[in-house]
Amino acid sequence: MRSRDIGFRLSTGAFAFVLASIVVAIGFELSRQSMLSIQKFGFDFWRTSTWDPVAGQFGALPFIWGTLYSSILALLIATPVAIGIAVFISELCPRILRTPLVFLTELLAAIPSIVYGLWGIFVLVPAVRSLEIALPDSLRALPLFSGPPLGVGMLSAALILAVMVVPFTSTVAREVLRTVPLAQREAAYALGATQFEAIRAAIFYARTGIVGAVMLGFGRALGETMAVTMVIGNNPQVSASLFAPQYTMAAVIANEFTEAADELYLAALVEIGLVLFIITLVVNGLSRGLIWTMAGRKSGRAAA
Amino acid sequence: MKFPFGSVQSMVQMPLRSLCATIVVVCVTACGGNSSEPASTSGAAGASASGNVQINGAGATFPYPIYSKWFSEYNKLYPEVQINYQSIGSGGGIRQLTNQTVFFGATDGPMTDEQMKSAPGPILHLPAVLGAVVPVYNVPGIEGELKFSGSLIADIYLGTVKTWDDPAIAKLNPGVKLPATDITVVHRSDGSGTTYIFVDFLSKTSPAFKKKVGVNTSVNWPAGVGGKGNEGVAGLVSQTPGSIGYVELIYALQNKISFGAVQNLAGEFVKASVDAVTKAAEGAAASMPSDFRVSITNAPGAGAYPISSFTWILLYEAPKDAASSRIMVDFMRWALTDGQKQATELGYAQLPSAVVQMEMAALDRVKVS
Repeated sequence: MRSRDIGFRLSTGAFAFVLASIVVAIGFELSRQSMLSIQKFGFDFWRTSTWDPVAGQFGALPFIWGTLYSSILALLIATPVAIGIAVFISELCPRILRTPLVFLTELLAAIPSIVYGLWGIFVLVPAVRSLEIALPDSLRALPLFSGPPLGVGMLSAALILAVMVVPFTSTVAREVLRTVPLAQREAAYALGATQFEAIRAAIFYARTGIVGAVMLGFGRALGETMAVTMVIGNNPQVSASLFAPQYTMAAVIANEFTEAADELYLAALVEIGLVLFIITLVVNGLSRGLIWTMAGRKSGRAAA
Repeated sequence: MKFPFGSVQSMVQMPLRSLCATIVVVCVTACGGNSSEPASTSGAAGASASGNVQINGAGATFPYPIYSKWFSEYNKLYPEVQINYQSIGSGGGIRQLTNQTVFFGATDGPMTDEQMKSAPGPILHLPAVLGAVVPVYNVPGIEGELKFSGSLIADIYLGTVKTWDDPAIAKLNPGVKLPATDITVVHRSDGSGTTYIFVDFLSKTSPAFKKKVGVNTSVNWPAGVGGKGNEGVAGLVSQTPGSIGYVELIYALQNKISFGAVQNLAGEFVKASVDAVTKAAEGAAASMPSDFRVSITNAPGAGAYPISSFTWILLYEAPKDAASSRIMVDFMRWALTDGQKQATELGYAQLPSAVVQMEMAALDRVKVS
């Protein structure tokens, strides 16, 4: 019995080790393949914004900017909606509506991103364009809304990302809310809390899990490629404007990799992959850290 | 943090299901292969008696429809010859050919001297068919056809011509009532042979464009928005009033998109058609270099459409696998004669006979034993 336990432990451990080594191998291979570009541009790759395959001049700043800007915007739009959905389904929803709602949010997650992209081109982009045209000139003067009303651009990308992120965040947040002990709620009601106050207490109880859910959505938004490239306008520029066509890291790799025959060009594209990999790691690390500190504080208080 | 059990389960099930489907398909193809073997005794194309021969190639996406038709037609004629082609893009095709992971490559832009040098042996460029790129536009109030010159399109793409009622546009289109709408420039966002042909033409007709932008499958566009693929560019143009873009002739013909006429070297405004593209190749055939690495944009000759180009199949002159080489050379001879007749119905322009003759002579140089 005991030897079987050891065997089981070793084999599952081996699987975990395989996973870790895959991550290391990806990082190593990305660095190796992009060595040419790393040596040539160094840190300038991160902070210059010329992307000129003809002249062999490569800087990733517009792509880094576009990726972070679109993902953060998407998160700002998606998080309140997703938490609202999660709270409604787990706390307030009549039993009969519950299953269809759960099914529908999970269905959103199953739609291929190319389909989102097509929907973006034919429905979202024209709608955004008419919104841009309808905006009064006084607002159009702000840097946030400058530029011609094209429809494609940062706003369309952020909106489509938000729609794609909502099911992930809301599904996880809903499961987390379900793990809040019934005693917690009963205690809140016993103290004379209203329904709103009881739910607020439940959300507070589940906050680490909810932050995890939001971060999962952020990770999804960072790496999303197809739908974004179809609506973002693919113009490498650093602009604060929601209406300006911009570009993301995942999109430029998908767009240009197949036709990149030149060695340096190829290395620069792989380095963009490396940058995306590093940024994803940093974001995951930060969210982990955030969850740990929050969890630590909670248990500390419980002990006190 | 717990994941919803239902969705995890369905995630696991899906790949399994597709895996089963793949296995079934593999079984069917394998069985099909076996059963056709006895029938292949007619041994045409000089195929070895050992049975089925598989040749793999990779490269440009633009000629994929005609190549896949050729390979399937050729397979009907000679069932023992199976030519596989992955349309992974010209750059990928050149890379795989250089690494010798495929037997032949295909590209929309000729290989550079540097790329030729890094290959393990001399590579032959063989023009397969011709394609063209056309300007498409969406100008409110204009139904008819607009006329463009190379330098005008270059100025529009450089962002120096900013509105549709600019005198430079009005000069070429007398009598057309042009609106004061801003021009929105649309270009390809993905690396593409279409972009290569287009910027090659603009660089030839505008020194400023050549200096600021240059020629490649993707370039650093000074203005505008990028759409992915022909469909992305066409979609953006049709939805954005005041926009101009460029797409492959085939795409415009198949989707019945109207496009503008472009001024050629002889000074005529030519609307693209398969005949006008073949004429461009005829005009260039006189000065064709022996390695076929030539750009035929802005070609001389009456009636020649100026934004035209060859698309090439790439072969090693002395490949290690002589048996495959013999079959590939036979296939190329067929593609250059019988195969050419299938080009027009798919929207590609046929090679002029002068070019075909030169290629036939070049094929004699390929080592087949």
